[in-house]
Amino acid sequence: MVELMTPLFVILCPALAAPMILLFGKRPNIREGWTIAAGIAMFSLVLSMVPVILKGEVIRYTFFQTLFANVAFGFKVDAFGLIFALTSSSLWILVSFYSIGYMRALKEHAQTRYFFSFAVAIFGAIGIALSENLLTMFIFYEILTVSTYPLVIHDQTPEALSAGRKYFAYLLTSGVFFLFAVMMTYYLTGTTDFTNGGIPALGSVPRLTLVILFFCFLLGFLKAAWMPFHSWLPTAMVAPTPVSALLHAVAVVKAGVFGIVRIVCYIYGVDLMGAVYVINEHLTLGLALACIAGFTMIVANLFAIAQDNLKRRLAYSTINQLSYIILGAALLTPDGIRGAMMHIPFHGFMKITLFLCAGAIMVVTGKKNISEMAGVGKIMPRTMLAFTITAFGMTGIPPAVGFISKWFLCLGSYRAYQTISPVMITFLFVLLIASLLDVVYFFPIIHTAFFKEPEGAEKEVEVKEAPLSMLIPLTLTAVFSVIFLLDFILRLDIISMYVYRLVEIAVGNVMS
Amino acid sequence: MVRLILVEHFPVLVVAVSLISAFTIVVAGWVNKKSCWVISTATILLQLIMAFFILNHVLTKDTIHYRLGGWTPPWGIEYVIDALNAYVLIVVLFLSLICVIYSKRSIEHELPHKIVPFYAVYQLLITGLCGITVTGDIFNMYVFVEITSLAAYALIASASGRALKASFVYLVLGSIGACFFLLGIGFLYAVTGSLNMTDLSLLLPPLYGNRVVQAAFVFFAVGLSIKIALFPLHVWQPDAYTYAPSAVTAIIAATMSKVSAYALIRVIYSVFTLDFINNYRYVDIAICWIAAIGIIAGSVLAIVQHNLKRMLAYSSVSQIGYIVLGIGLSPITAWGLLGAIVHISNHAIMKGCLFLAAGSFIYKYDLWDIRDFEGLGKKMPYASAAFTIAAISMIGVPPSTGFATKLFLILASLQSAEVFSGSAYVFVGVLLLSSLLNLVYFWRVIERMYFVKKEELNGGEREGDAPLSMLVPMLLLAALCIVIGILWLTRLPLPFIGDALFELGVEVLP
Repeated sequence: MVELMTPLFVILCPALAAPMILLFGKRPNIREGWTIAAGIAMFSLVLSMVPVILKGEVIRYTFFQTLFANVAFGFKVDAFGLIFALTSSSLWILVSFYSIGYMRALKEHAQTRYFFSFAVAIFGAIGIALSENLLTMFIFYEILTVSTYPLVIHDQTPEALSAGRKYFAYLLTSGVFFLFAVMMTYYLTGTTDFTNGGIPALGSVPRLTLVILFFCFLLGFLKAAWMPFHSWLPTAMVAPTPVSALLHAVAVVKAGVFGIVRIVCYIYGVDLMGAVYVINEHLTLGLALACIAGFTMIVANLFAIAQDNLKRRLAYSTINQLSYIILGAALLTPDGIRGAMMHIPFHGFMKITLFLCAGAIMVVTGKKNISEMAGVGKIMPRTMLAFTITAFGMTGIPPAVGFISKWFLCLGSYRAYQTISPVMITFLFVLLIASLLDVVYFFPIIHTAFFKEPEGAEKEVEVKEAPLSMLIPLTLTAVFSVIFLLDFILRLDIISMYVYRLVEIAVGNVMS
Repeated sequence: MVRLILVEHFPVLVVAVSLISAFTIVVAGWVNKKSCWVISTATILLQLIMAFFILNHVLTKDTIHYRLGGWTPPWGIEYVIDALNAYVLIVVLFLSLICVIYSKRSIEHELPHKIVPFYAVYQLLITGLCGITVTGDIFNMYVFVEITSLAAYALIASASGRALKASFVYLVLGSIGACFFLLGIGFLYAVTGSLNMTDLSLLLPPLYGNRVVQAAFVFFAVGLSIKIALFPLHVWQPDAYTYAPSAVTAIIAATMSKVSAYALIRVIYSVFTLDFINNYRYVDIAICWIAAIGIIAGSVLAIVQHNLKRMLAYSSVSQIGYIVLGIGLSPITAWGLLGAIVHISNHAIMKGCLFLAAGSFIYKYDLWDIRDFEGLGKKMPYASAAFTIAAISMIGVPPSTGFATKLFLILASLQSAEVFSGSAYVFVGVLLLSSLLNLVYFWRVIERMYFVKKEELNGGEREGDAPLSMLVPMLLLAALCIVIGILWLTRLPLPFIGDALFELGVEVLP
């Protein structure tokens, strides 16, 4: 346990940037300068914590003790939290660059509000990542919900407003469940700290209470968009594309799955998850959660196939991929949790590339539907190449990094089959079927873009890429998705091995 | 006779200064109308400074006992100030100061011919509120309740038109409430022969089984329930709040119901004490249920309103439910009383800010109806921002004041599960549901102000916000919504909370 100020400085970056953005609303270049500066400063600060955590230490920073005994408002950076913090802080920089290009290319209105809300959303996301306990996490979780609302309704059309209402209706209602669960946990155990291996005092709580509490937590983390409570996410696709990227890859939904993993591993603990049964002895909490995740994976993919709007298809793909993470945690095996934790950054990088590509296509050609995208691959070869690589990754095929996390997930479900119950083998098949369905909905996009002739049949198609500020971020994320994999397989020890080590430390803590 | 240091004279000075100033205003206003506002503001500022000294003295030294005219209690009137009084006094005076600063322009606009009487009566209202807060004598408290109420009737009626009817309804119901309060006092005097609160709390325990004492409790409870507009006794409130001048609505909504809530806490804990309530668990649970129903009913009624001030009035009905629920839970857990005490200031700040903002919309554009609010966020950016922050705070989004209340009350409800069993979870559900209902009725306002596009665009020109003397109070309160919200979560107010709860005989928090 080390007491360091670094977490404070990390959270200060977006906290200071937000008012500055408002202040310089009239001067766009300076305003965007603040966003970028804060993003880079925050990422470097987060990076500076990596060596400490890799040594096996935990960084703490307490703002103040609250009126509630044993509950502090403070940060505790452990390996798992750092993974999420790294993901969101690194992607914030890229999305910021991209946003600047996107917003200026489309001459969007209310840009100051947009960048302000963006900064506050990151403030919330980082706060969630570094939180020491449930109460702190809840505070940042609600800030995240409220701050993303202006982003979702950015267009201010009646459609966007109704999407915004739906967004609030789902997520603030879920916040209510979360709050109840937090206070209930405090009432039952007298603490809300994330504890390696779970809060011990929960073990002596009656079974039914534990089950209800768990489902309250689950409803509280509706940001993870598990089915059947997922429909806010596709609806929120009315937002500008960088916002969708933020929602899907960087902050919102990741906060949801992050929370679920926190609950499974650090509040209930793996042992309790496998011991408490829901209806009868066969259906433990872990298995129930795995069933929800498995159901979501398959059904979301079937929905995805039916979508023609590219962003909506990607939205369903996100719902599916999030459930991979939930499933990984629910398997309650080291490999499963490893896969789940790795999938958070890896999915983040891949999904953000896909969204950035979708946005680039919209800016350049104005096309939103897949059926209209014939020949886009020839107009925007680089964009579509990035898209293709990461779409491969999503389905679990090299050269992008999705392969690794899925490999661990499969391993995890096999281990669960060996150690927990024979039923668990089902989830191996669910994983494989879901990956197959991933192929079914991603490949037609690639096929249409590259191999279908556009109907107008212009002979020579001019290559026309998006502005550089958009092209570079999406290229970077795609390149990183590949580097992650190469690094991991060839043991180059550049980046992903660090991620892997962090995950190892986290898993070591959780499973001890 | 014991020699008192200066601070120990402040309780009576707070009241006296205010009363003298009321008459001074009448005289001074005869000469110069403009002087009224200056005198009023200066007086309240002075009172506020005294209140801070009182709080400091109470926290660092001891409870202040001031004997009026040197008569020893229980024969003479005694002013008793502990941490709770001092705290309520500061809340009341601070909001009065905010409202008086605001009212300068607002009253010039709304009541241009009644400036002098307005400030004179306003100062009387403050006198009454301070009096209720500082007194340790139950009959004296009644007198101040009447002073406050009469001043309030007059202030509401000053807007004339529909306000006259609203004021009359309030007059009738308020008088019934005051009568009940007086009957309660009469009953207690009949059995104990004393009017001093401390004395009563010592004389009453052997008489707890006495029917007269029990009836007195009910009279107190019902009488004060009318004053705080607890559902279903709230009927006077929506009209009164809607038609009164904006500054008046703000001061009444922010302070009057809070002081009455304080009086309720005082009567329950300092006159009847905790032991009495503990004998009658079913009364306690009934109070909680009424409060819970009030919370939901108030919110639902607020949702169907189109008039902003009316909506806020119903929202107050709901919020008073929070305070009463806290009081109802307090015999079981200290968190309940803490929630109630905390919400006294929280609601005063939030509702004060909301009413001030609503008043500024009326002042500038004569906007009453929520449906006309399109584009207001552009036209009045600062007033709208203040409104939004206060509204978010009402919804209970962290780290606002509303969140702190919600947190304390939820924990209190959970802890009451051992006594109330299933009901406790109903209360938790009510608290959570109510924050969603708050979301519904506040968000439609915010959505209209900021996000709904106007059909005919006015070229987006900024037509100017409310004047500075109205904006500053609003923005100050909005900022406090966040600052105080964070403050309640920390351990900084712990000494005060410890003192206040200890004086009321409630178990001090861990």
